[in-house]
Amino acid sequence: MSGMLKKMSKNTKNSLITYGIVIAAYVIMQVLISAGSISSLLEGLMVPLCYYIILAVSLNLVVGILGELSLGHAGFMCIGAFSSAFFSKCMRDVITVDIVRFLLALLIGIVVAAIFGILIGIPVLRLKGDYLAIVTLAFGEIIKNLVNVLYIGKDSNGFHFSTKDAMALNMEPDGMVIVNGPQGITGTPKDATFLIGFILILITLFIVLNLINSRDGRAIMSIRDNRIAAESIGINITKYKLMAFTISAALAGAAGVLYAHNLSTLTATTNNFGYNQSIMILVFVVLGGIGNIRGSIIAAVILTLLPELLRGLDDYRMLIYAVVLIVMMLFNWAPKAIEWRERHLRFGKRKKEAVQ
Amino acid sequence: MALLDVKNLGISFGGLRAVNAFDISIEKEELYGLIGPNGAGKTTVFNLLTGVYKPDSGKVLLDRKDITGKKTIEISKAGIARTFQNIRLFKKLSVLDNVKAGLHNKHHYSTVEGILRLPRYRRVEKEMDEKAMELLKVFDLEKYAHIDAANLPYGQQRRLEIARALATEPKLLLLDEPAAGMNPNETGELMDMIRFVREEFHMTILLIEHDMKLVSGICERLTVLNFGEMLAQGGTSDVLNDPQVITAYLGE
Repeated sequence: MSGMLKKMSKNTKNSLITYGIVIAAYVIMQVLISAGSISSLLEGLMVPLCYYIILAVSLNLVVGILGELSLGHAGFMCIGAFSSAFFSKCMRDVITVDIVRFLLALLIGIVVAAIFGILIGIPVLRLKGDYLAIVTLAFGEIIKNLVNVLYIGKDSNGFHFSTKDAMALNMEPDGMVIVNGPQGITGTPKDATFLIGFILILITLFIVLNLINSRDGRAIMSIRDNRIAAESIGINITKYKLMAFTISAALAGAAGVLYAHNLSTLTATTNNFGYNQSIMILVFVVLGGIGNIRGSIIAAVILTLLPELLRGLDDYRMLIYAVVLIVMMLFNWAPKAIEWRERHLRFGKRKKEAVQ
Repeated sequence: MALLDVKNLGISFGGLRAVNAFDISIEKEELYGLIGPNGAGKTTVFNLLTGVYKPDSGKVLLDRKDITGKKTIEISKAGIARTFQNIRLFKKLSVLDNVKAGLHNKHHYSTVEGILRLPRYRRVEKEMDEKAMELLKVFDLEKYAHIDAANLPYGQQRRLEIARALATEPKLLLLDEPAAGMNPNETGELMDMIRFVREEFHMTILLIEHDMKLVSGICERLTVLNFGEMLAQGGTSDVLNDPQVITAYLGE
């Protein structure tokens, strides 16, 4: 066994540890839930925890692995949520097997988010740094606001669209409003469970970790580290930037599906799909360490659970985030902190090498 | 027919003619030097040859194929690889992965095969590992294979850049000041290495260099640039004894 472990590359070992932590955490939570030693409040947080982890890991693909700052991640989540909730509501009476309907909704959420990822990515990825951040931020806001003026209804004549109000849909008396502007979509089946969320996390990790450790992942990281050199060895910059961005968008879409099917009413507000949310996902990524997938997971868990556990401090939640961000920035970038880290981490590494 | 045939190459930035009427013809397996004072346009020539800039006049033929104005990726695929004056490694990738990135266009499997770890992924990755380790051995870097490229000592970083360029299996290798920042000992080692690369890989090499010991030691022919114009061209010793070159660049 130890021989096998030694033979495995450092990356494979790291990936296995990450899977192990996620699976162990799931088993522990399941045991605690079935033993009834967890408050219903905390139990209700399990699905949100799952989609926050997926969001953090998928954003890390763009921020940490591709090295581009995206502030519109909640926008892709919003697209996944609304497209899948729309489907589920339409099909509620047609497909009665919950799991089949959910899987189809999941597929639709992922595909629609991925399509938007490509459409947004093609023009936006020509930009760099701050400019890219600003445009993706605007994209997230535009999506949220568009959804708020969207009215879609269905009657015997088919679908009706409007951007004015529900009356403007001009439906037959048998018509049903599906998307009702700022009131969003009501009556989405609650199909998302902790188990489904857990499986989605594993799939997300599988895709992201295996991508990073493949030929394409190397190409993506080489663009991050030095675009000019990557181009000089024949790596197609546009293709790989778009690939990372689209996969990230698709996974955010999956998180959106989970979000939509965990609530009976889906509305687009500043808090769930606005820039607040995008920034919070970014905080998970920064706190966990840019480019560190396992760190993203741990940060997402801590920052989701902490405010709920310290409910009395809820008003200070954003304050805590800000302080944590500043501390992390200092830890990551201040020369003194780097020096301290280098000395201690190097020392640790050397010791390990000597043992091997 | 020469491997690289450049005729009347030129580019202007605004009103400045950075390179004008540049001709060069390099035979297979030749070691060719491009020298000249700072700002003469040497690196601009490299950028024109590799598609970083598009020339506004002239023609570039590589192995009889017209590559004038092509994109960097296409030129890399056509067979020109380069190193950079200020080292450009993939710093957060391991030394091994830097070379494997260079193998990108020579070893293929699809994204899906990579994510699902299908048999082809395993087979091709193994091939890439072996090939990359072979290259690292040539440059005496195999013991550093698994550390981050950023943590390599300076001299080794230069070597790794050459290894990465060779991984793309080029026909022509462009070295931009390979000896910059090296002490005489290291420069000596570098000269041996460049000669070795030429023999071992049957490589044609065009290099920019300021170190005259290196240039006169290994280059067979030289072109001297001054203010974007060609000042002299020919056999190394003839060019270095040319009175015009001595006045403009070498000094008395």
